[in-house]
Amino acid sequence: MNAPAYNFAYLDEQTKRMIRRAILKAIAIPGYQVPFASREMPMPYGWGTGGVQVTAAILGPRDVLKVIDQGSDDTTNAISIRKFFAKTAGVATTTSTDEATVIQTRHRIPETALHEKQVLVYQVPIPEPLRFLEPRETETRRMHALAEYGLMHVKLYEDIARFGHIATAYAYPVKVNARYVMDPSPTPKFDNPKMDNCPALQLFGAGREKRIYAIPPYTRVVSLDFEDHPFEPYRFNAPCTLCGAEDSYLDEIVTDDKGSRMFVCSDTDYCEGRQAAGHHGALSAAPYKDKAPEASNG
Amino acid sequence: MADQDIQEADQPLLIANSLSKSYGRIAACRDVSFALYPGEVLAIVGESGSGKSTLLQMLSGQLAASDGQVSYRMRDGVTRDLASLGEAERRLLFRTDWGFVHQDPAQGLRMAVSAGANVGERLMAVGWNHYSRIRESASDWLTRVEIDVARIDDAPRTYSGGMRQRLQIARNLVTGPRLVFMDEPTGGLDVSVQARLLDLLRNLVAELHLAVVIVTHDLAVARLLSHRVMVMKGGRVVETGLTDQVLDDPREPYTQLLVSSILPP
Repeated sequence: MNAPAYNFAYLDEQTKRMIRRAILKAIAIPGYQVPFASREMPMPYGWGTGGVQVTAAILGPRDVLKVIDQGSDDTTNAISIRKFFAKTAGVATTTSTDEATVIQTRHRIPETALHEKQVLVYQVPIPEPLRFLEPRETETRRMHALAEYGLMHVKLYEDIARFGHIATAYAYPVKVNARYVMDPSPTPKFDNPKMDNCPALQLFGAGREKRIYAIPPYTRVVSLDFEDHPFEPYRFNAPCTLCGAEDSYLDEIVTDDKGSRMFVCSDTDYCEGRQAAGHHGALSAAPYKDKAPEASNG
Repeated sequence: MADQDIQEADQPLLIANSLSKSYGRIAACRDVSFALYPGEVLAIVGESGSGKSTLLQMLSGQLAASDGQVSYRMRDGVTRDLASLGEAERRLLFRTDWGFVHQDPAQGLRMAVSAGANVGERLMAVGWNHYSRIRESASDWLTRVEIDVARIDDAPRTYSGGMRQRLQIARNLVTGPRLVFMDEPTGGLDVSVQARLLDLLRNLVAELHLAVVIVTHDLAVARLLSHRVMVMKGGRVVETGLTDQVLDDPREPYTQLLVSSILPP
């Protein structure tokens, strides 16, 4: 009765092999959605079951895991997934982007540049970029196979016709390695340029839709656009209120019912790092408190 | 150059060679052969169940024939068997050099995206990547099919039946196809709208020098649009010839019946 009730990182080894095969295929064909036999996970769909399975399949005992949700290390989703792996795999966890070897993310790419020793795992709700225009899976697969991507531009055309500019602000379609059009999961389009030629391996897992896809390191990733309406990353035109950063992606936080608001970095690790280094915004929480080192093997 | 044009016009665009299709024991289409030349309009008439639509689907490569073959002269001048084309080539042909006008516009249009995007889709599919030019081309085509350009950003589901059908035509013609298939394009429209649509079609066909295969059970449509008529019954072609000749002086008993079934105005 002393045997652990589950395997290292929750999934059994055969399941991990199956997922790793899908990951290898995905890396071999950048941007192509590989079907895989997604398992039930002890969390609801929409909470990152795809990302969790990918992470479980690639995690080793010496890995250092970071989990972010909308850029933040301390929201419910991030905390519960981090705890899940701390408990089932006993791996070290961190909130620092630099120290992490595996980063599971929902909706953001960290501001700190990634390096070659890292893997970024995305949680993907709907992997098919053409889905809202073409409901038939058989047809979208055929369109990918034949590289018929005119329809993707129809969506962008509709944006311009309706709003005067490409109003798609997140899940902005990209072309990977000049072949497959891919949905970068609902990251803001601000993050799209970071995917291009990124030194880290990027893996995408969609649990409910049972798809895995990947961008290998140093792969060309181009955001789709029109010649006369080129792709532009969007960012609120303000510095971060806490750390004064002018280059990070900002969250807008409503602070009362009279229209006051503040803009803060969505990447909490980046913001805290900058404050620790002495950068200040208009509302810096001075004096800066040192971060308590997070317990590992929790 | 002129010599070459004449030579071009001398060669058939689409050739059907003893086409047959059977579903089990039921023969929907038996031994149909003809050649269609550039700029020629061929009407296929006959009652429901005579095999018209099956034939149209085989001609447009959507349905594999049980026997026989369809060849098409591609833009490079080479005549090729449709069955020998890869899927990618066939689909490219379908959205560049061909058009297909469905009876129900909802089948041929994307009802939820704007009219402009509906017309522009084919252009974007062949690599147009300049918004203003796509839009310009779309407005130009809306004008040509007599749709108010002010409605370019409205979705076709807000359009009337006649407008939808005209939009479907614009969407098909925007890439300058040489051959258009039409399946009962005037079905379900009231007579005044039909008349306007037919008038428009006749002008466009002449202006663009289109070859058309039009399936209809309405002999008036055949008379107005087509140069040649093929009468089908029970999957066979019973009579074929120039439109006036077939409709004014039918030889076969079935054609005589068909012509005499029209109520005098």
